Amino acid sequence: MSIEAQEKRQGVALVTPALLWTLVFFAVPFGAMALMSLAHLEGREIVQGHDLGNYLRIFTDPSLRRGIFVSLEITATVTVISVLLAWPLAWIIATRVPQRWRRMVLLLAVLPFWTSYVVRSYSWALVLGEKGVVMNALVGLGLLAEPVQIMATRAATVTGFVHFFVMLLTLTIYSNLIQLSPNYARAAQDLGASQWQVIRLVILPLTLPGVMTGAFLTFVLCIGDYITPQILGGNNELTLPQLIMLQLGRRGDYPMASALSIVLMAIVTLAYAASARWLKMERV
Amino acid sequence: MRYLSWVYLLALFTFILLPVVTLVVFSFQDGRLPVPPFKGVTFEWYAKVLSDRAMMEALFNSLIVALLSSLCALTLGFLAASGLARVILPGSALMRGALIAPMTVSYLIIALGLLQMFNQIGLRPSLLATGIGHVVINLPLCFAIIYAAIGEHQKSALKAARDLGAREWQVLWLVAAPMLMPSLAAAFFLAFTFSWDEFIIAFLLTRFDVTLPVEIWSMLRSGLSPETNAVGSLVFLVSIAIVVVLELTLFRKGSK
Repeated sequence: MSIEAQEKRQGVALVTPALLWTLVFFAVPFGAMALMSLAHLEGREIVQGHDLGNYLRIFTDPSLRRGIFVSLEITATVTVISVLLAWPLAWIIATRVPQRWRRMVLLLAVLPFWTSYVVRSYSWALVLGEKGVVMNALVGLGLLAEPVQIMATRAATVTGFVHFFVMLLTLTIYSNLIQLSPNYARAAQDLGASQWQVIRLVILPLTLPGVMTGAFLTFVLCIGDYITPQILGGNNELTLPQLIMLQLGRRGDYPMASALSIVLMAIVTLAYAASARWLKMERV
Repeated sequence: MRYLSWVYLLALFTFILLPVVTLVVFSFQDGRLPVPPFKGVTFEWYAKVLSDRAMMEALFNSLIVALLSSLCALTLGFLAASGLARVILPGSALMRGALIAPMTVSYLIIALGLLQMFNQIGLRPSLLATGIGHVVINLPLCFAIIYAAIGEHQKSALKAARDLGAREWQVLWLVAAPMLMPSLAAAFFLAFTFSWDEFIIAFLLTRFDVTLPVEIWSMLRSGLSPETNAVGSLVFLVSIAIVVVLELTLFRKGSK
């Protein structure tokens, strides 16, 4: 056997376990789920079928269709607010904070990452509740006559999400900013640009790929999350993941849960296709 | 502009740190509700958590699942990365894509697919099922990190080892693994953290023995309580301790 053929055989042998794992525990279940989405429930029995009934229902049943819009609205709001808040923060840390404090400040900025995700949502419930710290402070300072209900509304969900994704985006945008050569800004300044113009016309466009990658990540993680809306948003309006869990829990409607999952995936795929040309998925 | 920067920094840090600080402060609350006013310091809730058997079992389960599933994901990812880095196979790009694919799918969907498959083949919801799910989500991560770390320099070192007559396992164990140690460690700890903190897969794929996030979740049903604050603070404290240790040992050289 030639050396080259032997090399190839060994290469294949090394990749095979991982590929098999992905095939058996990812591709197969996923295919099974796609099939399941074409079945339907009769009483408690799952009847295999080949029709698009579940999908038709998702787009006609108001409570299900509403879930898609609720999810999209929340995710869009969260993504936009998070980017708008995180960019200046990353910029200030990268350019205004003295070098020796930078690492410390950055670590502090992502400190809440180290609590568990469930606990982080819980602590927002703690803060935003009617008797929580925020309402206490606002009423105490005389800014509000009496507590306003935030918990169990969309505002609470968005706050919890923004908190998480500001941290995430600050990290990605910061790592983008410090890779830029300071010469760009200097050259623009030498050519007479004001500081504001340097940011708007030079720095901001240069960080766009990083921002888009971060925003896409935010979109994907946000739209697929069950914990935050479930703990903070209450039951007035349900997001797609909440609807999926509801189908599972209430009557074991696997077919509908599967169809909703496929819709959720389709939305993510569309978002990817729409933003692909700006994304910079390094190396892989 | 200068002052504005500091004001902004302060405002956002308040926003970022507010929930964590509140969580920790009110875990010491000497009263039944973790909301203002603060009534004084007690360690009662910590004592309660530490003597809670279900909680300690869940903590232990989480550690085991995180440890074993990360090791498994790391091994599979390491082998695949060194395989794909050594030769250009027909369909290399496709294989890379297939290995990365689970990264683009929500955990909820992965969990739902596995739940259905396990139901079908009769594997009961268990820690094993959860562990399998955690390998699925962490394998792409480990593969991507290690694959990205194998550059031209590493490739020629591996080739040299082979040319000098090392067997394949020797190349992997004696050359590749030590050379890639920083990224192996990074991949392992990232995978460990993700598994440790993962909720939805564990929620759907466990029943009697649960992991820590699931146990905390069931605690939330009883509403706000300083006991939940205490659990959260403990998890926080442990993670910070681990980060500090890593920062001081492992990542010291690479960072400045």
